Amino acid sequence: MKRPYEKPVINKLKVNFMNKFGTGTFSLSKKVRKEIEGVPVEKLVEEFGSPLFVFSEKRLRQKFREVKNAFTLRYPNVEFSWSYKTNYLDAICAILHSEGETAEVVSEFEYEKARRLGVPGNKIIYNGPYKPISSLKTAVEEGARINIDHFEEISDLEEVAKELGVKVKVGIRLNMDTGIKPQWSRFGFNLESGQALDAVKRIAAGGVLELCGLHCHIGTFILDPSAYEKEVKKLVDFAYKVEDEFGFKIEYLDIGGGFPSKNRLRGVYLPPDVAVPSIDEFAEKICGALLSSLRPGDYPKLILESGRAIVDEAGFLITTVHASKRMPDGRRAYILDAGVNVLFTAFWYHFNIEIDREVVGPSEPCILYGPLCMNIDVVDDDVNLPPLPRGTKLIISPVGAYNVTQWMQFIRYRPGVVLIGENGSVELIREAEDLSDIVRREKLPERLKVKWEE
Amino acid sequence: MGAIERLAISKNGFVFDPATGNSYTVNSTGLFILNLLREGKSEDEIVDALVENFEVSQEEARRDLLDFLEQLRVNGLLEASNV
Ligand SMILES: Cc1ncc(COP(=O)(O)O)c(C=O)c1O
Repeated sequence: MKRPYEKPVINKLKVNFMNKFGTGTFSLSKKVRKEIEGVPVEKLVEEFGSPLFVFSEKRLRQKFREVKNAFTLRYPNVEFSWSYKTNYLDAICAILHSEGETAEVVSEFEYEKARRLGVPGNKIIYNGPYKPISSLKTAVEEGARINIDHFEEISDLEEVAKELGVKVKVGIRLNMDTGIKPQWSRFGFNLESGQALDAVKRIAAGGVLELCGLHCHIGTFILDPSAYEKEVKKLVDFAYKVEDEFGFKIEYLDIGGGFPSKNRLRGVYLPPDVAVPSIDEFAEKICGALLSSLRPGDYPKLILESGRAIVDEAGFLITTVHASKRMPDGRRAYILDAGVNVLFTAFWYHFNIEIDREVVGPSEPCILYGPLCMNIDVVDDDVNLPPLPRGTKLIISPVGAYNVTQWMQFIRYRPGVVLIGENGSVELIREAEDLSDIVRREKLPERLKVKWEE
Repeated sequence: MGAIERLAISKNGFVFDPATGNSYTVNSTGLFILNLLREGKSEDEIVDALVENFEVSQEEARRDLLDFLEQLRVNGLLEASNV
C-alpha cells in the first residue's frame, strides 16, 4: 500500500543539536557566571584588567587528588610526574609538587625551571627528542631519570657515563600500535618493528648504561581507555623480555599522559560529560592490565605524566566584548580582547562560554573573534549567545592546559594570571606583560637610530 | 566524501552534519529522498521510487524533488554536480 504524501522539506535547526541532551542550550541560569570560586568576575577585572587568566587552586588540588586516588586505590606503586609543558607557571607547578608530583620535563629550559623552583634532580624525569649533551650531563650528575629517545642519545649518554666514570640508569621511550591514530611514532623506538629490542641490545653491548625503565606516551586527549590497556600489556611483555634475555631489571613503567579533560573537541558534538570517559575508567583498564599481566609479587613503579586532565579544568579566561558585527551571511560576530594569541587550544576545542550577567533577548549562533588583525583569530565559530552589550565579560573554560605555555606574544601583550587560593585569596601569579618584556632582548645598532628630519 | 555521505541520519528524521555541526529535521518524504541520494540514485530513479511508494503523481514528485534538492544546496548539503 502506498504511503500518504507530504512535500519533502528539510529545516535547519536554529538551536544546536545538543539541546537534545540538555546541554549546549543557552539556558540563562546555566551560562551566567558572575563569580569564579566566590570572587566576582567584575572585581577580578577591575583589579587585574582584561583579559585575565584565573586559576582555582581548589579545583586543581581536587582534580589531582581524584586522578591520584583512581590509580593508588588500584595499584600499590604509583608516581605522578607533572608534565611541565602543559603548564609551567611556578605557582601551578608548586601546587602539584606539594601534592607529591615529581617533574616531567622535555627540554633543558623546563629542567632548569624545575630546578629553580626547588625540585631536586632525582625528582625530575627528563624526556624528549632533543636533549643537548650538556643537559644530559647535568641530569646524570643530579640523578634525574632519563628516558632515551633515539640511538644518538644512547651514544651521548654513554659518553657522559664514561666522562663521569659512573654507570647510568636509563629508561627508553617506546612507540607502539595501540589503535590510536595518529600513532606518535616519531618519539622513541618502535616496538613492533624490533627497533626497541635493537635499542636494548645496543645498550647492553655498550656496558655503561643500565636499562631500568620503559616509557611511552600514546597521544593526547585519548577517549578510548582500552588503548592504555594495550599499551600496558605491550610494555609488560617487553619488560619481561628485556629482563629475561638481558638481565636488566625494569623498575618503572612510565605510561605517559594523554587523559582527556572535560573539554569539547572540535568535531566532537557530544557534550564532554557524555564523550569523555571518567578517570576511573582509565585507571581500571590500566591497573587491571598491569595486575593481570605482571608476575606474582612484581610491582614495578607505574608512572603517570598526566597533564591536561589535571590542570585544564582549573583554568578560566575572562575576556571582554569590545565590539559586535553583523556578517554578510547574517550571522552575528563579536570582537573580544583575547584571541588565539593567548588561547592556543581554541584550535582544538569548543570551550564552555559563560557570560557575566543576565542578558535578555533570543540567543543566536555567533562567531567570537579575537583582537588580532589576522584571519585565523577565531575563538569560536559557532556559539549560541543572546545579544551582548559592549563590555560584557565572557568566561571561557576549561583553559588551564597548554594555553599559558603555548600562548604567543603576537600583536598584543600577554595578560596577567591570577590564582584564587583555597581560602578565596586572589594572588597575581604572572603579571601582564608590557613593552619592556618584549624589547628587553632587542639591540638596535646605533646607526639605525630613528630620527625624523623636521 | 560528499556532504550527503557524511551526514548522520536517524530514523526519525534527525539529520546531523558532522563537518559543520549543523543539524536539521526532515519529514518522512525528505528522509526517503535523502536515503536514496546516499545510495547514489539518479533523479529519475528517485522520482520513480516516490511514485511507487507514495500517493503522488510523477509530475508533482519531480517538481518537489527539484525543490528539495534546492533546499539541500542552500544548506550546503549538496554540491551542484552531485545529481
Ligand atoms: C612525554 C609526554 N608526557 C606527558 C604529556 C602530557 O600529555 P597530556 O597533557 O595529554 O596528559 C605529554 C604531552 O604531549 C608528553 O609528550
